[in-house]
Amino acid sequence: MSDISGHNFHTTFYHWLKRRGRTLVISVPFWWLIVFFLAPFLVVLKISFAEAIIAQPPYSQLLTFAEDGVVQLKLFISNYGYLLDDSLYISAYWSSIKIAFVSTLITLLVAYPMAYYIARSPSHRRNILLMLIVLPFWTSFLLRVYAWIGILKTNGIINNVLMWLGIIDEPFVMLQTNFAVYVGIVYTYLPFMVLPLFTNLVKLDESLLEASSDLGAGSLTTFLKITLPLSIPGIIAGSMLVFIPVVGEFVIPALLGGPSTLMIGQVLWNEFFSNRDWPVASAVAIVMLVLLVVPIMLLRNAQNASNEEGA
Amino acid sequence: MNASTQKNINGSIAGGAKPWVSQDQEPFIRINNLTKKFGDFTAVDNVSLDIYREELFCLLGGSGCGKSTLLRMLAGFEAPTSGTIMIDGQDMANVAPFDRPTNMMFQSYALFPHMSVEKNVAYGLLRDGMRKREAFEQVGEMLKLVQLQDFAKRKPDQLSGGQRQRVALARSLIKKPKLLLLDEPLGALDKKLREETQFELINIQESLGVTFIVVTHDQEEAMTLSTRIGVMNEGEIIQVGEPREIYEFPQSKFVADFIGSVNIFEGRVSDDATDYVRIKSSEADCEIHISHGVSCSENQKLWFAIRPEKLEVTHKKPRGKFNWVCGLVDEIAYQGNLSVYRIKLTSGKIIRVTKSNRLRHNEDEITWDDKVYVSWEDAAGVVLTQ
Repeated sequence: MSDISGHNFHTTFYHWLKRRGRTLVISVPFWWLIVFFLAPFLVVLKISFAEAIIAQPPYSQLLTFAEDGVVQLKLFISNYGYLLDDSLYISAYWSSIKIAFVSTLITLLVAYPMAYYIARSPSHRRNILLMLIVLPFWTSFLLRVYAWIGILKTNGIINNVLMWLGIIDEPFVMLQTNFAVYVGIVYTYLPFMVLPLFTNLVKLDESLLEASSDLGAGSLTTFLKITLPLSIPGIIAGSMLVFIPVVGEFVIPALLGGPSTLMIGQVLWNEFFSNRDWPVASAVAIVMLVLLVVPIMLLRNAQNASNEEGA
Repeated sequence: MNASTQKNINGSIAGGAKPWVSQDQEPFIRINNLTKKFGDFTAVDNVSLDIYREELFCLLGGSGCGKSTLLRMLAGFEAPTSGTIMIDGQDMANVAPFDRPTNMMFQSYALFPHMSVEKNVAYGLLRDGMRKREAFEQVGEMLKLVQLQDFAKRKPDQLSGGQRQRVALARSLIKKPKLLLLDEPLGALDKKLREETQFELINIQESLGVTFIVVTHDQEEAMTLSTRIGVMNEGEIIQVGEPREIYEFPQSKFVADFIGSVNIFEGRVSDDATDYVRIKSSEADCEIHISHGVSCSENQKLWFAIRPEKLEVTHKKPRGKFNWVCGLVDEIAYQGNLSVYRIKLTSGKIIRVTKSNRLRHNEDEITWDDKVYVSWEDAAGVVLTQ
């Protein structure tokens, strides 16, 4: 009897798997995102509506059980109001977005020729070049940023070489300026721009370029009229991968930037660790998320709409 | 072989001037000793070719025979290793593709996917600095010519294969090139559409008076389209001639075999007279008699090639002493308009015979395993020495 029921169990399980297998496979990353992304986000969202108190943990509870079975819900939206009151936050957001925008643009300008060159290389050399792009990831990110300190500082490599060559008498001040921050960001995020651009450009049908040339276009016109428009999806993907993390970047401005460098990542750090004001820190994080997510969603919608129009 | 006979046949086809026969016109395109090497591989090997104004010239060959490379050198996408190309008296050596008086229709069509049909077609005109209004007027007319006026605003991926092919044609014709290069122009179309489009292509070519060079691997397409065909193999041009000439007077076994189907008997000259030749072949039952002289020597090895439709198959033994073989019907393919017989000869060789089905019902129907005689006229085949 037990043998038969065991057999039945197996076949039912098999049929269940056959029907539900798809759902099962999809649900793994789905739950991963819920547990490790959505849940922490909700926790942060909750804290952003709390009040800072001197306690462990350093914020008030939203729900409190008062006497007589009354449940109290206290939402402090003052944290968000505070962000508007103090010009520090607005200028930090603005400066972060500005730095992210400019460095995304520079990264794009540097990465495009690289990606184009790699995509046009013969396939055996292409793999080596792609390896070289990814190679820096094999060293710790922190170490690489520290290395830039050695290169950029007043008696660092660049200044020493320039002085030795007699090109300059006084060393340039590069470290602890926005310049150093840009250098660090462009250097660090370059692969994130090169790779999506490469994936796009390598698909470009060479006969399109020949057709353009055949119809009377020089190389520049062909680039502007054919290559560039067709690589826009790659440009958008790469720019997103650079812009979004750079807005919240903390390590690079902390190590390479100076007193004039103002980015939201540092502000957040200060609120959290120096001021121990978790609710305001959470509000800063939530606002940053909204600032990033809303334009991306709008862009997505615009892209989808134009795709549908084309299809 | 006998050049005089060929000349005669050329003349008798008649209809239209044939500058390649009369030699009274300067060739429009002169290709001289053109060679292209990719590393050790010779893609195009010492090709010389003259093409005349308003010709529709087909380069015919299997894949990898160098026909596309030759076309790409004419367009300027590949630089020759040696040799010269002259178009309308101008040396093309240092002329970039965008400065050449040629346009190309690509095998994949290479339509710009991000542009509408009319923008694709207008592209060439706008690059020459033409005003937008004027350019789009011309585009409208061109789209009418290829019957796509209702599709001007569509993107290439919203079109069928045949429509894309027309857009590609319109785009390559809009600049009124002196020379249009077409790389497998009908390759991506299905059979029925291909046949319709062939005639359309000829009409357009004739009405615009542009010189066409078409690359194709499809011999039927080449026969239908072209004024002349250049057969290519392993980078060389093996034979150039009008379709009929290539079909009826192939100069080598390769050409005879590549264009259409053919039965080839290998043999040796047994009797070489001024006005006839006899060939003895171990594959045939009796001697082969050819009713004209052939420049060859006694006992020389050569090949007799004859097309399946020039053979007659009967149950009755032919009366003549020469030019017949005997065998058993091995296979019959009934194709409606004609039947193809595979006949196994006494020597074991299998030959193909086609017979057009003129009668709806035949009393003396030839069927499987029948003993049959296959015979042919004295001048029905060709003698090949290579």
